[in-house]
Amino acid sequence: MSAGFEPRVVALVCNWCTYLGADLAGTNRLEYPANVRIVRAPCTGRIDFNLVVKAFEGGADAVAVSGCHPGDCHYTSGNYHARRRWMMFRPLLDTLGIDLERVHFAWISAAEGKKWAQFVTEVTEQTRQLGPYTAFHDLVEASR
Amino acid sequence: MTGSTAAVQTLRDRCRSLLASGAVQVVIGYGVSDGGDPAPAFVTDADQVDQLVFDHRCHQNLTTYLTRPEVAALGRVAVVVKGCDERAAVMLEKQAQLDRAVVHLIGVACAGVGDPVDPGCRACDVRMPRHSDDVIGEVENPPADVADRYAELDAFMQRPAPERFAYWTSEFSRCTRCYACRQVCPMCFCRVCVMDKNRPQTVDTSAHLKGTLAFQITRAFHQAGRCVSCGACERACPAGIKLSLLNLSLARAAEEEFGVRPGMDPGDDLLVGGYSTSDREGFIQ
Repeated sequence: MSAGFEPRVVALVCNWCTYLGADLAGTNRLEYPANVRIVRAPCTGRIDFNLVVKAFEGGADAVAVSGCHPGDCHYTSGNYHARRRWMMFRPLLDTLGIDLERVHFAWISAAEGKKWAQFVTEVTEQTRQLGPYTAFHDLVEASR
Repeated sequence: MTGSTAAVQTLRDRCRSLLASGAVQVVIGYGVSDGGDPAPAFVTDADQVDQLVFDHRCHQNLTTYLTRPEVAALGRVAVVVKGCDERAAVMLEKQAQLDRAVVHLIGVACAGVGDPVDPGCRACDVRMPRHSDDVIGEVENPPADVADRYAELDAFMQRPAPERFAYWTSEFSRCTRCYACRQVCPMCFCRVCVMDKNRPQTVDTSAHLKGTLAFQITRAFHQAGRCVSCGACERACPAGIKLSLLNLSLARAAEEEFGVRPGMDPGDDLLVGGYSTSDREGFIQ
Protein backbone atom coordinates (compact mmCIF):
# COMPACT_ATOMS: atom_id res chain seq x y z
CA MET A 1 0.00 0.00 0.00
CA SER A 2 1.23 3.47 -0.79
CA ALA A 3 2.72 5.24 2.22
CA GLY A 4 0.53 7.82 3.88
CA PHE A 5 -2.53 6.73 1.93
CA GLU A 6 -5.75 7.99 3.46
CA PRO A 7 -8.81 6.43 1.84
CA ARG A 8 -11.53 8.72 0.61
CA VAL A 9 -14.89 7.20 1.48
CA VAL A 10 -18.09 8.77 0.20
CA ALA A 11 -21.16 7.89 2.24
CA LEU A 12 -24.54 8.48 0.60
CA VAL A 13 -26.98 8.42 3.48
CA CYS A 14 -30.67 8.86 4.11
CA ASN A 15 -31.82 11.98 5.93
CA TRP A 16 -34.09 10.21 8.39
CA CYS A 17 -32.05 7.33 9.75
CA THR A 18 -28.36 7.13 8.97
CA TYR A 19 -27.77 10.88 8.95
CA LEU A 20 -29.28 11.08 12.42
CA GLY A 21 -27.33 7.95 13.41
CA ALA A 22 -24.15 9.78 12.41
CA ASP A 23 -25.34 12.80 14.38
CA LEU A 24 -25.89 10.57 17.41
CA ALA A 25 -22.38 9.19 17.05
CA GLY A 26 -21.19 12.79 17.23
CA THR A 27 -23.23 13.80 20.28
CA ASN A 28 -22.09 10.60 22.00
CA ARG A 29 -18.47 11.57 21.25
CA LEU A 30 -17.87 8.26 19.46
CA GLU A 31 -14.67 8.28 17.48
CA TYR A 32 -14.57 7.18 13.87
CA PRO A 33 -12.21 7.90 10.97
CA ALA A 34 -12.43 11.33 9.38
CA ASN A 35 -12.01 9.68 5.97
CA VAL A 36 -15.74 9.61 5.38
CA ARG A 37 -17.53 12.35 3.41
CA ILE A 38 -21.21 12.30 4.14
CA VAL A 39 -23.69 13.23 1.42
CA ARG A 40 -27.23 13.53 2.70
CA ALA A 41 -30.09 12.34 0.49
CA PRO A 42 -33.79 12.30 1.31
CA CYS A 43 -33.95 8.49 1.17
CA THR A 44 -31.96 5.49 -0.04
CA GLY A 45 -34.62 5.28 -2.74
CA ARG A 46 -33.30 8.61 -4.04
CA ILE A 47 -29.74 7.35 -4.24
CA ASP A 48 -29.41 6.99 -7.98
CA PHE A 49 -26.66 4.62 -9.10
CA ASN A 50 -25.28 7.59 -11.05
CA LEU A 51 -24.34 9.16 -7.72
CA VAL A 52 -22.21 6.11 -6.97
CA VAL A 53 -20.50 6.44 -10.34
CA LYS A 54 -20.07 10.18 -9.74
CA ALA A 55 -18.46 9.56 -6.37
CA PHE A 56 -15.86 7.31 -7.99
CA GLU A 57 -15.39 9.88 -10.76
CA GLY A 58 -14.75 12.45 -8.05
CA GLY A 59 -11.92 10.40 -6.61
CA ALA A 60 -13.60 8.17 -4.02
CA ASP A 61 -11.76 4.99 -3.06
CA ALA A 62 -14.96 3.46 -1.67
CA VAL A 63 -18.65 4.31 -1.63
CA ALA A 64 -21.03 3.47 1.18
CA VAL A 65 -24.80 3.69 0.98
CA SER A 66 -26.89 3.61 4.11
CA GLY A 67 -30.44 4.24 5.20
CA CYS A 68 -33.39 3.06 7.28
CA HIS A 69 -33.92 -0.57 8.16
CA PRO A 70 -36.66 -2.39 6.20
CA GLY A 71 -40.03 -1.34 7.53
CA ASP A 72 -38.67 1.95 8.90
CA CYS A 73 -38.65 4.08 5.76
CA HIS A 74 -39.97 7.61 6.24
CA TYR A 75 -41.59 7.26 2.81
CA THR A 76 -42.84 3.72 3.55
CA SER A 77 -41.03 1.89 0.76
CA GLY A 78 -38.02 3.90 -0.49
CA ASN A 79 -35.52 1.53 1.08
CA TYR A 80 -37.28 -1.51 -0.42
CA HIS A 81 -36.99 0.08 -3.86
CA ALA A 82 -33.31 0.79 -3.21
CA ARG A 83 -32.68 -2.79 -2.12
CA ARG A 84 -34.41 -4.17 -5.21
CA ARG A 85 -32.38 -1.90 -7.48
CA TRP A 86 -29.11 -2.83 -5.78
CA MET A 87 -29.83 -6.52 -6.27
CA MET A 88 -29.59 -5.80 -9.98
CA PHE A 89 -26.90 -3.11 -9.82
CA ARG A 90 -24.24 -5.17 -8.04
CA PRO A 91 -24.09 -7.94 -10.68
CA LEU A 92 -23.76 -5.26 -13.37
CA LEU A 93 -20.86 -3.60 -11.54
CA ASP A 94 -19.30 -7.04 -11.17
CA THR A 95 -19.54 -7.71 -14.90
CA LEU A 96 -17.95 -4.33 -15.56
CA GLY A 97 -15.08 -5.36 -13.32
CA ILE A 98 -15.71 -2.59 -10.80
CA ASP A 99 -14.34 -3.64 -7.43
CA LEU A 100 -17.37 -4.69 -5.35
CA GLU A 101 -15.25 -4.57 -2.19
CA ARG A 102 -15.38 -0.81 -2.58
CA VAL A 103 -19.17 -0.60 -2.70
CA HIS A 104 -20.94 -0.96 0.64
CA PHE A 105 -24.54 -0.97 1.80
CA ALA A 106 -25.82 -0.88 5.38
CA TRP A 107 -29.03 -0.31 7.29
CA ILE A 108 -28.29 2.10 10.14
CA SER A 109 -31.10 3.66 12.16
CA ALA A 110 -31.15 6.99 13.98
CA ALA A 111 -30.50 5.09 17.23
CA GLU A 112 -27.46 3.23 15.88
CA GLY A 113 -24.69 5.79 16.33
CA LYS A 114 -22.43 2.98 17.44
CA LYS A 115 -23.17 0.89 14.35
CA TRP A 116 -22.39 3.94 12.19
CA ALA A 117 -19.02 4.44 13.89
CA GLN A 118 -18.22 0.73 13.45
CA PHE A 119 -19.40 0.68 9.85
CA VAL A 120 -17.27 3.70 8.88
CA THR A 121 -14.27 2.24 10.71
CA GLU A 122 -14.63 -1.10 8.93
CA VAL A 123 -15.11 0.45 5.50
CA THR A 124 -12.14 2.77 6.00
CA GLU A 125 -9.85 0.01 7.22
CA GLN A 126 -10.87 -2.34 4.43
CA THR A 127 -10.28 0.39 1.85
CA ARG A 128 -6.92 1.19 3.43
CA GLN A 129 -5.93 -2.46 2.88
CA LEU A 130 -7.15 -2.34 -0.73
CA GLY A 131 -5.24 0.86 -1.44
CA PRO A 132 -6.28 3.72 -3.74
CA TYR A 133 -8.76 2.85 -6.49
CA THR A 134 -6.14 3.56 -9.16
CA ALA A 135 -7.96 1.75 -11.98
CA PHE A 136 -10.84 4.23 -11.78
CA HIS A 137 -8.71 7.26 -10.89
CA ASP A 138 -6.44 6.66 -13.90
CA LEU A 139 -9.44 6.55 -16.18
CA VAL A 140 -10.68 9.89 -14.83
CA GLU A 141 -7.18 11.36 -15.12
CA ALA A 142 -6.96 10.21 -18.75
CA SER A 143 -10.25 12.01 -19.50
CA ARG A 144 -9.05 15.43 -18.46
CA MET B 1 -39.19 -22.18 -42.45
CA THR B 2 -38.10 -18.57 -42.14
CA GLY B 3 -38.13 -16.54 -45.30
CA SER B 4 -39.81 -19.21 -47.36
CA THR B 5 -41.75 -17.89 -50.34
CA ALA B 6 -44.97 -19.30 -48.90
CA ALA B 7 -44.51 -17.54 -45.57
CA VAL B 8 -43.67 -14.23 -47.23
CA GLN B 9 -46.75 -14.60 -49.43
CA THR B 10 -48.90 -15.26 -46.35
CA LEU B 11 -47.36 -12.19 -44.70
CA ARG B 12 -48.17 -9.99 -47.71
CA ASP B 13 -51.72 -11.37 -47.98
CA ARG B 14 -52.35 -10.70 -44.32
CA CYS B 15 -51.00 -7.15 -44.53
CA ARG B 16 -53.02 -6.51 -47.68
CA SER B 17 -56.26 -7.55 -46.01
CA LEU B 18 -55.47 -5.56 -42.84
CA LEU B 19 -54.86 -2.40 -44.88
CA ALA B 20 -57.70 -2.96 -47.35
CA SER B 21 -60.27 -3.57 -44.63
CA GLY B 22 -59.18 -0.45 -42.79
CA ALA B 23 -58.37 -2.46 -39.67
CA VAL B 24 -55.03 -0.65 -39.61
CA GLN B 25 -53.74 2.44 -41.39
CA VAL B 26 -50.09 1.45 -41.47
CA VAL B 27 -48.07 -1.75 -41.44
CA ILE B 28 -44.54 -1.52 -40.10
CA GLY B 29 -42.53 -4.32 -41.63
CA TYR B 30 -39.34 -5.08 -43.49
CA GLY B 31 -39.23 -3.83 -47.06
CA VAL B 32 -36.82 -4.31 -49.91
CA SER B 33 -36.13 -1.76 -52.56
CA ASP B 34 -33.47 -1.80 -55.31
CA GLY B 35 -32.28 -5.26 -54.29
CA GLY B 36 -30.59 -3.97 -51.13
CA ASP B 37 -30.90 -5.39 -47.64
CA PRO B 38 -34.36 -5.16 -46.09
CA ALA B 39 -34.98 -2.02 -44.05
CA PRO B 40 -37.90 -0.92 -41.90
CA ALA B 41 -40.82 -0.04 -44.18
CA PHE B 42 -44.01 1.83 -43.41
CA VAL B 43 -46.72 0.57 -45.74
CA THR B 44 -49.92 2.61 -45.83
CA ASP B 45 -51.39 1.37 -49.10
CA ALA B 46 -52.66 -2.18 -49.73
CA ASP B 47 -51.17 -2.00 -53.24
CA GLN B 48 -47.67 -1.66 -51.82
CA VAL B 49 -47.50 -4.77 -49.66
CA ASP B 50 -45.40 -6.64 -52.25
CA GLN B 51 -42.30 -4.82 -51.03
CA LEU B 52 -42.62 -6.64 -47.68
CA VAL B 53 -40.26 -9.52 -46.99
CA PHE B 54 -39.02 -11.54 -44.06
CA ASP B 55 -35.75 -13.41 -43.85
CA HIS B 56 -32.57 -13.68 -41.76
CA ARG B 57 -31.54 -10.13 -42.73
CA CYS B 58 -34.56 -8.60 -40.99
CA HIS B 59 -32.77 -7.91 -37.72
CA GLN B 60 -34.33 -4.62 -36.61
CA ASN B 61 -36.72 -4.58 -33.67
CA LEU B 62 -39.64 -2.66 -35.13
CA THR B 63 -41.51 -2.28 -31.82
CA THR B 64 -39.20 0.65 -31.13
CA TYR B 65 -41.42 2.72 -33.46
CA LEU B 66 -44.58 2.03 -31.47
CA THR B 67 -43.82 4.58 -28.77
CA ARG B 68 -43.01 7.42 -31.18
CA PRO B 69 -45.68 10.11 -31.34
CA GLU B 70 -45.17 10.60 -35.10
CA VAL B 71 -45.95 6.92 -35.66
CA ALA B 72 -49.00 6.99 -33.42
CA ALA B 73 -50.21 9.92 -35.51
CA LEU B 74 -50.42 7.64 -38.56
CA GLY B 75 -53.40 5.82 -37.09
CA ARG B 76 -53.84 2.21 -36.05
CA VAL B 77 -50.65 0.23 -36.52
CA ALA B 78 -49.78 -3.36 -37.39
CA VAL B 79 -46.19 -4.35 -36.78
CA VAL B 80 -44.19 -7.38 -37.86
CA VAL B 81 -42.56 -8.99 -34.83
CA LYS B 82 -40.15 -11.83 -34.23
CA GLY B 83 -40.28 -13.69 -30.93
CA CYS B 84 -37.84 -11.28 -29.26
CA ASP B 85 -39.64 -8.22 -30.64
CA GLU B 86 -42.86 -9.64 -29.26
CA ARG B 87 -41.25 -9.81 -25.81
CA ALA B 88 -40.48 -6.09 -26.22
CA ALA B 89 -44.15 -5.43 -27.06
CA VAL B 90 -45.19 -7.31 -23.91
CA MET B 91 -42.82 -5.16 -21.84
CA LEU B 92 -44.06 -1.95 -23.48
CA GLU B 93 -47.62 -2.85 -22.58
CA LYS B 94 -46.60 -3.68 -19.02
CA GLN B 95 -45.03 -0.23 -18.72
CA ALA B 96 -48.16 1.48 -20.06
CA GLN B 97 -46.42 2.50 -23.29
CA LEU B 98 -48.62 0.47 -25.59
CA ASP B 99 -52.32 -0.26 -25.83
CA ARG B 100 -52.38 -3.83 -27.02
CA ALA B 101 -56.02 -3.46 -28.04
CA VAL B 102 -55.15 -1.02 -30.83
CA VAL B 103 -51.83 -2.44 -32.02
CA HIS B 104 -51.93 -5.47 -34.28
CA LEU B 105 -48.94 -7.79 -33.87
CA ILE B 106 -48.05 -9.89 -36.89
CA GLY B 107 -45.80 -12.58 -35.46
CA VAL B 108 -43.30 -14.28 -37.73
CA ALA B 109 -41.40 -17.48 -37.05
CA CYS B 110 -37.68 -16.72 -36.89
CA ALA B 111 -34.75 -19.11 -36.94
CA GLY B 112 -32.30 -16.34 -36.06
CA VAL B 113 -30.99 -13.28 -37.84
CA GLY B 114 -27.59 -12.55 -39.33
CA ASP B 115 -25.24 -14.55 -41.48
CA PRO B 116 -23.65 -16.32 -39.70
CA VAL B 117 -26.48 -16.45 -37.21
CA ASP B 118 -26.13 -13.92 -34.37
CA PRO B 119 -24.72 -15.61 -31.20
CA GLY B 120 -27.72 -14.32 -29.21
CA CYS B 121 -30.07 -15.96 -31.70
CA ARG B 122 -28.36 -19.33 -31.28
CA ALA B 123 -29.56 -19.32 -27.65
CA CYS B 124 -33.06 -18.09 -28.55
CA ASP B 125 -36.05 -20.04 -27.28
CA VAL B 126 -38.79 -17.72 -28.55
CA ARG B 127 -38.54 -18.56 -32.23
CA MET B 128 -42.31 -18.85 -32.44
CA PRO B 129 -44.34 -15.80 -31.32
CA ARG B 130 -46.77 -16.64 -28.52
CA HIS B 131 -48.92 -13.57 -27.91
CA SER B 132 -49.32 -12.11 -31.39
CA ASP B 133 -52.56 -11.68 -33.31
CA ASP B 134 -51.16 -13.67 -36.24
CA VAL B 135 -48.38 -16.21 -36.42
CA ILE B 136 -46.82 -16.72 -39.83
CA GLY B 137 -44.42 -19.57 -40.67
CA GLU B 138 -43.09 -22.31 -38.49
CA VAL B 139 -39.73 -23.23 -36.97
CA GLU B 140 -38.63 -25.69 -34.33
CA ASN B 141 -38.69 -23.93 -30.95
CA PRO B 142 -36.38 -24.30 -29.22
CA PRO B 143 -34.23 -26.32 -31.60
CA ALA B 144 -32.47 -29.42 -30.28
CA ASP B 145 -29.08 -27.67 -30.44
CA VAL B 146 -30.14 -24.44 -28.69
CA ALA B 147 -27.12 -22.78 -27.03
CA ASP B 148 -26.84 -21.86 -23.34
CA ARG B 149 -27.86 -18.19 -23.18
CA TYR B 150 -25.39 -17.38 -20.42
CA ALA B 151 -22.38 -19.31 -21.82
CA GLU B 152 -20.68 -16.18 -23.15
CA LEU B 153 -21.19 -14.31 -19.88
CA ASP B 154 -19.94 -17.29 -17.87
CA ALA B 155 -16.77 -17.42 -19.94
CA PHE B 156 -16.26 -13.67 -19.51
CA MET B 157 -16.78 -13.82 -15.76
CA GLN B 158 -13.97 -16.37 -15.49
CA ARG B 159 -11.56 -13.50 -16.08
CA PRO B 160 -10.43 -11.59 -12.98
CA ALA B 161 -12.19 -8.29 -12.17
CA PRO B 162 -9.28 -5.96 -13.09
CA GLU B 163 -9.05 -7.70 -16.46
CA ARG B 164 -12.80 -7.23 -17.00
CA PHE B 165 -12.48 -3.54 -16.14
CA ALA B 166 -9.57 -3.17 -18.58
CA TYR B 167 -11.61 -4.96 -21.26
CA TRP B 168 -14.53 -2.55 -20.87
CA THR B 169 -12.42 0.58 -20.76
CA SER B 170 -10.75 -0.54 -23.97
CA GLU B 171 -14.14 -1.28 -25.57
CA PHE B 172 -15.71 1.96 -24.34
CA SER B 173 -12.77 3.98 -25.63
CA ARG B 174 -14.25 3.39 -29.10
CA CYS B 175 -17.70 4.69 -28.10
CA THR B 176 -18.44 8.00 -29.82
CA ARG B 177 -21.66 8.63 -27.87
CA CYS B 178 -23.73 8.42 -31.06
CA TYR B 179 -26.56 6.94 -28.96
CA ALA B 180 -27.54 4.53 -31.75
CA CYS B 181 -27.98 1.85 -29.06
CA ARG B 182 -30.49 4.08 -27.32
CA GLN B 183 -32.34 5.07 -30.49
CA VAL B 184 -32.99 1.50 -31.67
CA CYS B 185 -33.98 0.19 -28.25
CA PRO B 186 -37.72 -0.22 -27.73
CA MET B 187 -37.19 0.06 -23.97
CA CYS B 188 -35.54 3.50 -24.30
CA PHE B 189 -38.84 5.30 -24.68
CA CYS B 190 -38.25 8.30 -22.40
CA ARG B 191 -39.26 11.48 -24.22
CA VAL B 192 -36.29 13.24 -22.64
CA CYS B 193 -33.33 10.99 -21.95
CA VAL B 194 -31.21 11.66 -18.87
CA MET B 195 -28.24 11.84 -21.26
CA ASP B 196 -29.76 14.93 -22.88
CA LYS B 197 -30.50 16.71 -19.63
CA ASN B 198 -28.11 19.41 -18.53
CA ARG B 199 -29.80 20.94 -15.51
CA PRO B 200 -28.33 19.24 -13.64
CA GLN B 201 -25.83 17.50 -15.87
CA THR B 202 -25.66 14.05 -14.33
CA VAL B 203 -23.50 12.39 -16.94
CA ASP B 204 -20.52 13.95 -18.67
CA THR B 205 -21.42 14.38 -22.35
CA SER B 206 -17.88 14.23 -23.74
CA ALA B 207 -16.85 11.04 -25.49
CA HIS B 208 -13.92 10.47 -23.19
CA LEU B 209 -13.59 7.43 -20.97
CA LYS B 210 -15.07 9.01 -17.87
CA GLY B 211 -18.18 10.15 -19.73
CA THR B 212 -18.61 6.98 -21.74
CA LEU B 213 -18.23 4.72 -18.73
CA ALA B 214 -20.95 6.66 -16.90
CA PHE B 215 -23.11 6.58 -20.04
CA GLN B 216 -22.64 2.87 -20.59
CA ILE B 217 -23.42 2.04 -16.96
CA THR B 218 -26.55 4.17 -17.24
CA ARG B 219 -27.64 2.65 -20.54
CA ALA B 220 -27.17 -0.84 -19.21
CA PHE B 221 -28.73 -0.32 -15.81
CA HIS B 222 -31.78 1.43 -17.19
CA GLN B 223 -32.46 -1.92 -18.87
CA ALA B 224 -32.55 -3.78 -15.57
CA GLY B 225 -35.54 -6.11 -15.52
CA ARG B 226 -36.69 -4.75 -18.88
CA CYS B 227 -34.20 -5.82 -21.57
CA VAL B 228 -35.65 -8.57 -23.75
CA SER B 229 -32.28 -9.56 -25.24
CA CYS B 230 -33.24 -8.77 -28.84
CA GLY B 231 -29.67 -7.61 -29.50
CA ALA B 232 -30.73 -4.51 -31.46
CA CYS B 233 -28.36 -2.24 -29.48
CA GLU B 234 -25.32 -4.35 -30.22
CA ARG B 235 -26.15 -4.65 -33.93
CA ALA B 236 -26.67 -0.89 -34.13
CA CYS B 237 -23.33 -0.08 -32.47
CA PRO B 238 -20.93 1.26 -35.11
CA ALA B 239 -18.02 0.63 -32.74
CA GLY B 240 -18.88 -3.04 -32.30
CA ILE B 241 -19.06 -2.88 -28.51
CA LYS B 242 -20.37 -6.07 -26.94
CA LEU B 243 -23.36 -4.52 -25.22
CA SER B 244 -25.13 -7.88 -24.99
CA LEU B 245 -22.70 -9.00 -22.26
CA LEU B 246 -23.91 -6.19 -19.99
CA ASN B 247 -27.52 -6.90 -20.85
CA LEU B 248 -26.96 -10.58 -20.14
CA SER B 249 -25.64 -9.87 -16.66
CA LEU B 250 -28.87 -8.03 -15.87
CA ALA B 251 -30.96 -10.76 -17.50
CA ARG B 252 -29.24 -13.33 -15.34
CA ALA B 253 -29.76 -11.27 -12.18
CA ALA B 254 -33.47 -11.03 -13.04
CA GLU B 255 -33.74 -14.75 -13.72
CA GLU B 256 -31.69 -15.94 -10.74
CA GLU B 257 -33.05 -13.52 -8.16
CA PHE B 258 -36.66 -13.34 -9.25
CA GLY B 259 -37.20 -16.16 -11.74
CA VAL B 260 -38.29 -13.59 -14.32
CA ARG B 261 -37.28 -13.21 -17.95
CA PRO B 262 -38.64 -9.86 -19.11
CA GLY B 263 -41.44 -10.11 -21.66
CA MET B 264 -41.75 -13.90 -21.49
CA ASP B 265 -44.86 -13.94 -19.34
CA PRO B 266 -47.28 -11.00 -19.48
CA GLY B 267 -48.33 -11.90 -15.93
CA ASP B 268 -44.91 -11.18 -14.38
CA ASP B 269 -44.46 -8.11 -12.18
CA LEU B 270 -42.11 -5.33 -13.21
CA LEU B 271 -38.85 -5.93 -11.36
CA VAL B 272 -37.59 -2.38 -10.99
CA GLY B 273 -40.32 -0.05 -9.82
CA GLY B 274 -41.73 -2.78 -7.62
CA TYR B 275 -40.32 -4.51 -4.56
CA SER B 276 -40.94 -7.31 -2.13
CA THR B 277 -40.45 -7.14 1.63
CA SER B 278 -38.75 -10.54 1.36
CA ASP B 279 -36.08 -9.47 -1.17
CA ARG B 280 -32.68 -10.98 -0.50
CA GLU B 281 -30.29 -8.69 1.35
CA GLY B 282 -27.17 -10.74 2.00
CA PHE B 283 -25.06 -7.89 0.62
CA ILE B 284 -26.41 -5.36 3.15
CA GLN B 285 -24.67 -4.95 6.50
